[in-house]
Amino acid sequence: MPVYHTPRLYFKWAKGVGIITMNIYLQTLKRDLNVAIRNLSSALNPLLFFIISASLFPLAISPEGTTLSQIAAGIIWVTSMLAVLLSLNSLFHHDFENGVLEQMLISHHSLPLLILSKIIAHWLLTGIPIILLSPLLGLFLFLDNEGVKILIITLLLATPSLSLIGAIGASLIIGIKNSGMLLSLLILPLYIPILIFASSAVSQVSVGLDISAQLYFLATILVVSLMTAPFVSSIALKISLE
Amino acid sequence: MSLLTINNLSCQKGYNLLFDKLSLVINSGDILRITGTNGSGKTSLLKILAGLNTPEQGIIHLDNYPVKSEKYQSIIFYLGHLSALNSELSCLENLKYLNALNQSVDEQRLIDALNRIGLQGYENEYCGKLSAGQKRRVVLSALFISDAKVWLLDEPFTALDPQGVELIEQCISEYCKQGGICLFTTHQDSTLSGQKVLAL
Repeated sequence: MPVYHTPRLYFKWAKGVGIITMNIYLQTLKRDLNVAIRNLSSALNPLLFFIISASLFPLAISPEGTTLSQIAAGIIWVTSMLAVLLSLNSLFHHDFENGVLEQMLISHHSLPLLILSKIIAHWLLTGIPIILLSPLLGLFLFLDNEGVKILIITLLLATPSLSLIGAIGASLIIGIKNSGMLLSLLILPLYIPILIFASSAVSQVSVGLDISAQLYFLATILVVSLMTAPFVSSIALKISLE
Repeated sequence: MSLLTINNLSCQKGYNLLFDKLSLVINSGDILRITGTNGSGKTSLLKILAGLNTPEQGIIHLDNYPVKSEKYQSIIFYLGHLSALNSELSCLENLKYLNALNQSVDEQRLIDALNRIGLQGYENEYCGKLSAGQKRRVVLSALFISDAKVWLLDEPFTALDPQGVELIEQCISEYCKQGGICLFTTHQDSTLSGQKVLAL
């Protein structure tokens, strides 16, 4: 990087290498967060679903610690997956209805990066709260300390993948009315490997087995979805809006 | 000098052929009013020119840049018939974001644009609380700061009062005198001087 001594020259350099144009992606992220914060009831819906459904399991199955500790990881993973699925409908829907998505599509800025900004905002609004709440739910479901630790690691690795993969489905169904069921049918099969590897990692660590394979697999899914989902999603949006 | 060329453009929606082998050359300073009955293809034509839709056949160039190329997209301004505003954001926040998608503009210019269109004091008002006409004015205020070479406006006068229509017509007129190209669709009569009419 060349050394510039005045702000104006630094501005020129930053514009040249694309730092200034990064601004629109940060603005998209900030905008989506602002909209969600101002419409808090909608933003909290998936989280309430996550907490309520996870806390109903002990009532329906058994309040016994040994039973619950065996299925805790599965309960938390299934409910977090469904909570993410519940929130996916709103990822592009409002921008599609009010015409902002059209403006994004015709903008000369990179559409996959604009979509990635929206996906990051979605993860910050759903993935992060789920990660923060899951240790409490884990303890509530008698998960041991090691299990809680691995649960957090799996959620950190896999919730971004849930948002990324979900964005593909959300962009495919845009413009279709009452498409909740269609979204589930499209996305749930793609979520299954994540569910299997994440919940088995938490279960196996409790019995002292090596879980590095599961974690590597979750990391691979994250990298692959990060590399492909914004591009696939942008193509799907273009097709859906034609 | 800019030149928008359309060659042999055809568009079909389902089994309906909206227009076939449409060829046009639009020069700097031209105002083209696109008229036609509902479903005649006015919006489809503008969407094709904006790079949102793909025609069945035909070639579009603006200063030798093909439609959908990065350069082409950076020198057009498209305004659809949707509001393009989020009701949870203020007028200024919405305008700032819409402009950021096209160009970087400082906040004072955005406030000036809102003032010029008659929305003084509405900068921090949430768009959800505005009337349809006021929402339209917020989006149209982007015209006052746009440095695009071509404006593609779909029903720009919808929901506007006569003063609003006059203001936008003045804005279009000034823009085209300075060498811009404006294509707009409308069902209303327009008093814009020197406009050409394309009936679909």
